[in-house]
Amino acid sequence: MSFISVNNVWQLYDDQVVLEGLNLSVAEGEFCTLVGASGCGKSTFLRLLLGQEVPSRGSILLDGHPLASEPDASRGVVFQRYSVFPHLSVLDNVALGLELPRSAILGRLFGKAKREAREQASVLLHKVGLGHALNKYPTQLSGGMQQRLAIAQALIMKPRVLLLDEPFGALDPGIRKDMHGLLLELWQETRLTVFMVTHDLSEGFNLGTRLLVFDKIRHDPHAPGAYGARITYDIPLNTGRRAARVDASALQTA
Amino acid sequence: MRLINRRPDRASRLMLVILPFALLLFAYFMGSATRLTENPNDKLLPSAVQMTDAVKRMALVPDQRTGEYLLWADTASSLQRLAIGLGISALLGLCLGIASGVLPLFGAPLSPLLTVLSMVPPLAILPILFIVFGLGELSKVMLIVIGITPVLARDLEQRAREIPVELLIKAQTLGASTWTLILRVVLPQLLPRLLIAVRLVLGSAWLFLIAAEAIASTDGLGYRIFLVRRYLAMDVILPYVVWITLLAWLMDWSLKALTRKAFPWYEGARS
Repeated sequence: MSFISVNNVWQLYDDQVVLEGLNLSVAEGEFCTLVGASGCGKSTFLRLLLGQEVPSRGSILLDGHPLASEPDASRGVVFQRYSVFPHLSVLDNVALGLELPRSAILGRLFGKAKREAREQASVLLHKVGLGHALNKYPTQLSGGMQQRLAIAQALIMKPRVLLLDEPFGALDPGIRKDMHGLLLELWQETRLTVFMVTHDLSEGFNLGTRLLVFDKIRHDPHAPGAYGARITYDIPLNTGRRAARVDASALQTA
Repeated sequence: MRLINRRPDRASRLMLVILPFALLLFAYFMGSATRLTENPNDKLLPSAVQMTDAVKRMALVPDQRTGEYLLWADTASSLQRLAIGLGISALLGLCLGIASGVLPLFGAPLSPLLTVLSMVPPLAILPILFIVFGLGELSKVMLIVIGITPVLARDLEQRAREIPVELLIKAQTLGASTWTLILRVVLPQLLPRLLIAVRLVLGSAWLFLIAAEAIASTDGLGYRIFLVRRYLAMDVILPYVVWITLLAWLMDWSLKALTRKAFPWYEGARS
């Protein structure tokens, strides 16, 4: 059985069709990159997976169960901007994810529990290369560092699905390359299923194990909103990388 | 060089800051001196000596009737009313602003209501406050609360809506409930905005305070000004106005300092 299955999903705003008849089945641990022209529903699809929007028709199943219709801790997300909390230090931005689920009334931990949460956060932050900036505020970090923080913040929750909406779109090419390395490393370590929207075709080809191309195949010049986008190409990529990962996880479980 | 590109250096900036104040003082004391030479009993523009005497009388000599030092007693009761009024308004404004800015189900009924309520001229309902709450402290504090709460609530509602939706979604993916999301994400981001909003309504708060004191009170800075008006005692009124201005400026300055001290992240996050 597939991990995520998308069954005949349509998304309409008023009478404008954005996505039509989407069918997709994704195995756990897949790294899907979503590419296509702007305005053809990649980000809409990501919002559906996130639970920020509910499909107009059709259903999305996660592990055989319908997807929760609001964002929750099973799906992590990194946006292009505004992914981190400006009023918390780098350390607390990540520790927050450990505090919120454990304290329903105050949303914060105290004493030993707090120290442990911060320690755990600090370990992860060292791994993404932010060990030197634990007590800084996000605005004191560069764009690349902020995105590293956003990724660490999402990963501390150990989500099963990680959704990335053009996470490196605002970064310089050199820094973007570092981020690709980091992301692949983290993906190989965890059993994450990743969906990443990108404008950058080469990024899509380099990172993914599966490239999904969104495009409108039908056009009505008199009614631009009449037809929506579909997945026109579904290309398996970097199969060696995926196989290596499956071997590694088999070794770990053995 | 074009005017737009000319900037004062440190020394000349200080000069330029002092200059308008010095001009104002100079104009006043010139006028005062001219009038007093023509008529030594003139009360309209008292001299510095006359005003100093009046301040000494109000601040350093106990009142014959009550035994109180009037300036300090007036200041204490006015500041108390102002602080209670501002405190209640800030708390109410924050709660209403968050409720209607973050929770769509609360915003739908609250937001139009606040808009309409903020249009009611508070001074027009002052008689109603006196009728309902009597002439005591409560009606004066209520005037401040009614006058500035809708303004604060509307401003904070707007600020709450400006928090990027990405942050609210991110918090939910980190396991926040509605309550903890408000507590750990919305509230801390709105607190510096609240302090700024309070600074902006300080002027209105003083206005309502002095209006209420002028009409029904037995002490307070506004009461005193309107009381001595009967004797044309400009030598008391002018120092009182200066004192009120100084207090208001100090409150504004300390709120600004508090914002910077308590929320060091805020300046950077705005740019």
